[in-house]
Amino acid sequence: MTSPGIGSDVDRALVVEHLTKRFGERVAYEDVSFEVGYGEVFGFLGPNGAGKTTTVRTLGTLLAPTSGAATIAGIPLSAENGPAIRARISIMPESPGLYLRLSIRENLECFARLYELRDVRHRIDRVLHAVNLTDRANDLCGSLSKGLRQRVALARALLSDPQVLFLDEPTSGLDPVATRDVHDLLTALRERGVTIFLTTHRLEEAERLCDRVAILNTTLRLIGRPDELRDQLFSRSLEVRIGSQLDDPGRVFNGLANVEGWEQSPSGSYVLSVADPDAAAPEIARALMSANVDILSIAESHHSLEDVYLELVDEDVEVSKR
Amino acid sequence: MSFSWTRVGAIVQKELRDYRRNRFVIYTMSFLPLVFIAAPMVQIFTIRASITTSKFDAHIGLALLYMLILPAIIPSVLSAYSVVGEREQGTLEPILTTPIHSEEFLIGKALAALLPTLTVAYVIFGLFLGAVAAFAHPGVTSAIFERNHLLVQLLFTPLVAGWSIWAGIAISTRMRDVRAAQQITVLASLPPVGIVALMNFNVITPSLGLALGLAGGLLVFDAMAWRFVATLFNRERLVAGARS
Repeated sequence: MTSPGIGSDVDRALVVEHLTKRFGERVAYEDVSFEVGYGEVFGFLGPNGAGKTTTVRTLGTLLAPTSGAATIAGIPLSAENGPAIRARISIMPESPGLYLRLSIRENLECFARLYELRDVRHRIDRVLHAVNLTDRANDLCGSLSKGLRQRVALARALLSDPQVLFLDEPTSGLDPVATRDVHDLLTALRERGVTIFLTTHRLEEAERLCDRVAILNTTLRLIGRPDELRDQLFSRSLEVRIGSQLDDPGRVFNGLANVEGWEQSPSGSYVLSVADPDAAAPEIARALMSANVDILSIAESHHSLEDVYLELVDEDVEVSKR
Repeated sequence: MSFSWTRVGAIVQKELRDYRRNRFVIYTMSFLPLVFIAAPMVQIFTIRASITTSKFDAHIGLALLYMLILPAIIPSVLSAYSVVGEREQGTLEPILTTPIHSEEFLIGKALAALLPTLTVAYVIFGLFLGAVAAFAHPGVTSAIFERNHLLVQLLFTPLVAGWSIWAGIAISTRMRDVRAAQQITVLASLPPVGIVALMNFNVITPSLGLALGLAGGLLVFDAMAWRFVATLFNRERLVAGARS
């Protein structure tokens, strides 16, 4: 696990140090440490039951940690500091949790008063505009689609201009169009510099939206930028497609200085492990031309965040089987 | 952060808006009062001139008792729903992620149940008194308008409602099913009605001192109950289920 150094709490939106939560004998998450800077979009990934939601609930002061410490928006996590912390953050739970017999505006008015906000009408108009719901303000929430309810929940979370915005599976159960709408909203928030703590198991979502991600599976397995995580887990490689099969691929690839190893993929292409793709590609091309082979393409293989995630989760499954 | 009446007001306003559009609440608020005004009318207008004193007292006592069952039953339905209902529809967690204190949430819930209850109970009692004054036998009218009876009704209506509300909220914080919470709350709301029943039936002589003493006891209970209920309101258990 890559563990960041713990710096000043003042310029960090979140500082989490060795946090553990147990329910009786069951461990929800254990020894979790990380930091999130202001303005950062931080992805929190993990399979179901990994402890993601419990971590968010702990940082949102809904659950008390069993051990460890945290600072949220500059305030140490404790029961006494709960209301002060909650005044500086917003949490959008997985389920929107709207009052279905109240209109969108009435729902937002209720929460604006709970945060003791001033200029309520202006704030509500602003967040409704942000989520493109201005003309639906007086609709009852019970009449809205799931995607629109999710947008209302996001508007509610934005009402208080939180220093840290926790989003727990914001696109869970949404169709592709609604998911795209939420992604566009999050992109706009990111551009405005809002600190976002995003839990998700949609890996393409994390890859697209997050500056850094952490992968949790009860313990924190990995943390860093998506490209860093790929480099940590996978060696770089080039995929070579040629017009015909090589009779003896080892004779062509084994002697190359920049090639560390090779294998043939099920599709018939060759995947070559390399330290430096830019140096290796011309060398491979020359070797193939010497072998009188038609080169169709030489391209760097890209591992997705999904590959990283599955690699780690598979490792955990293997360990648990032993 | 200190106690905020703004946050209490937010809960009250939200609840009242929700009641207005909730068919079950509308039904409870309209059908039950009809029953509880019709039944005492029957008691009063079936009294014959030849009736014995003990039967006369029983009719008067029963008629007045109906007036006090109403403020016990109506808020029990509302308060039993207050926490477990929010939990069932997934709205409790978003509320608890705001700066609201448990006490503010609970007092907001209690006031939201109390206000419509008092309105309905006093309106029904007023209609009952009007009907008695206009149409009942003069002997019945003077018995109903007897000072101690009026005092008991006016004083005990909010106090009985208070008991019922706090019992309902306490039960609602511990239950996982709305219907079970409502059934238990209806039973839990009856003890103070029983005491008042004894007074109405003249089993306990409803003297001014006794009425004030009992009212004082209920007032202290109602005033202190929210602190007790606040200790039952365990955010962790409510959010994470029974695991903690």
